[in-house]
Amino acid sequence: MGDVNLSLLTGWVREFARAVGENAQYLTDLDAAIGDADHGINMDRGMTAVLGALDEAAPTDMSALCKQVGMTLVKSVGGASGPLYGTFFLRMAGALSADDSVAAADFAKALRAGVEGVVQRGRAEAGDKTMFDALAPALDALDAALASGGGLAAALADATIAAEKGRDSTESMVARKGRASYLGQRSVGHVDPGATSAAILIAAAASAFATGG
Amino acid sequence: MKKLINDPADVIAEALRGMAVAHPELRIDHTNRIVYRGDAPVPGKVGVISGGGSGHEPLHGGFVGRGMLDAACAGEVFTSPVPDQMLEATKNVDGGAGALHLVKNYTGDVMNFEMAAELAEAEGITVESVVVDDDVAVQDSTYTAGRRGVGATVLVEKIAGAAADQGRGLSDVADVARRVNAASRSMGVALTSCTVPAVGHPTFELSETEIEVGIGIHGEPGRQRMPMQSARAVAELMLEPVLADLDFSGDDGVVLFANSMGATPLIELYVMYSEFAAILDKAGIAIARSLVGPYITSLDMAGCSVTLMRADDELLRLWDHPVNTPALRRGC
Repeated sequence: MGDVNLSLLTGWVREFARAVGENAQYLTDLDAAIGDADHGINMDRGMTAVLGALDEAAPTDMSALCKQVGMTLVKSVGGASGPLYGTFFLRMAGALSADDSVAAADFAKALRAGVEGVVQRGRAEAGDKTMFDALAPALDALDAALASGGGLAAALADATIAAEKGRDSTESMVARKGRASYLGQRSVGHVDPGATSAAILIAAAASAFATGG
Repeated sequence: MKKLINDPADVIAEALRGMAVAHPELRIDHTNRIVYRGDAPVPGKVGVISGGGSGHEPLHGGFVGRGMLDAACAGEVFTSPVPDQMLEATKNVDGGAGALHLVKNYTGDVMNFEMAAELAEAEGITVESVVVDDDVAVQDSTYTAGRRGVGATVLVEKIAGAAADQGRGLSDVADVARRVNAASRSMGVALTSCTVPAVGHPTFELSETEIEVGIGIHGEPGRQRMPMQSARAVAELMLEPVLADLDFSGDDGVVLFANSMGATPLIELYVMYSEFAAILDKAGIAIARSLVGPYITSLDMAGCSVTLMRADDELLRLWDHPVNTPALRRGC
């Protein structure tokens, strides 16, 4: 019996959708400052479509779930977030087997495969002021906590703290990717909306695994 | 927010419905939000496709028709369309000669078109992509997403569309598109912000006495905020970085394109045009052709952009080639 199963993963996706909906206005406001004022609107539309697809035909294994979420996001979000979040879930789908459950370490590997997909699609590096600046430290914290023998729920709580710290660190960065990069120095002083939604993604996992595990 | 809309969520669907009624010569796929010329695919002709976020009308749907685009994919307001749309459009305009994707250089547009091109190639359709990046307000360096695609997009669609209409092959049409992009530079200025329907309030605040210099077409702030000045002074500060970026002196002159961002009326645009022309005259640059009007807009933003394209004989012949679209029509 592994640590992660279909029901937990579904709980994560649903919690992410709820949290994106709750923060949609905030994400859009952040985007208005350094982007084009639509990140919350687009992510909320995408995650609403994800919930619709789940209700219509619930996937029967974890890989199929991630594939469905990824395809739905690519189809419904547009902008840069669609391909980036879509690729994240599609790469997770590729890394997860059709087994009923996987160990925490394998789940962490699947997350890393997802983030590597984001890097490939977006060509972002650490410090570019993107979602990667929240995701990279989160995965490092997750791996470190699991390696020192912690449980998955506690490790995800550590990962959330790291993701939120990474998110906050984007405030002082000069954007080098996406529309914010057009602002040059004027992008400093604003938290990156993509890093913010990425931190919400990790926090949603921590929350779903804490209540569902 | 004061807009002539019903529900913010229905703006794009309802605008497409209006286009379908007003322009029965087009075929509109309302499910996938794709505008096609009525006779697509044209056998043996390269299918020219563009698309992007909505809110820039008449770009891109208004430029669908003979001599310009075969299909245009509409995204949400200021948001790139998704790969499924471009894949569907590519399949439906491929007349056996492949498809050309014309993409404005924005992170989202480039990624979504890239995924669509990969999917189309997997289905056996040859696709070439040309990315338009003409905005001198953005530094082209490894520290930015690169220059934005703005005014030159209209020129690229017109001229590449003409080349495709002449029956030229895919790589040839793509080369023409790249040549237009390489020969073009643009700069924009905003007097007011725009208001995204789903947001309901202006994207940025600009006081009565300020202008935003170096804006894009999505309400993203520019690089510099300055006090409002005369048309003459604004024209000078717009053309100065354009002329500094590329040598426009040549025997064939330039195409001068003065574009309204949406809310600036033609009377002001012609005042600006006159100022642009005077500056070019002083610089010894001849105007070979002109385009004046709202062709690539940013919803209800007030302001304008200027685009210069260094002309040559071939590009001018393609510029003069007949075109028959809702927003641009001549020689037909």
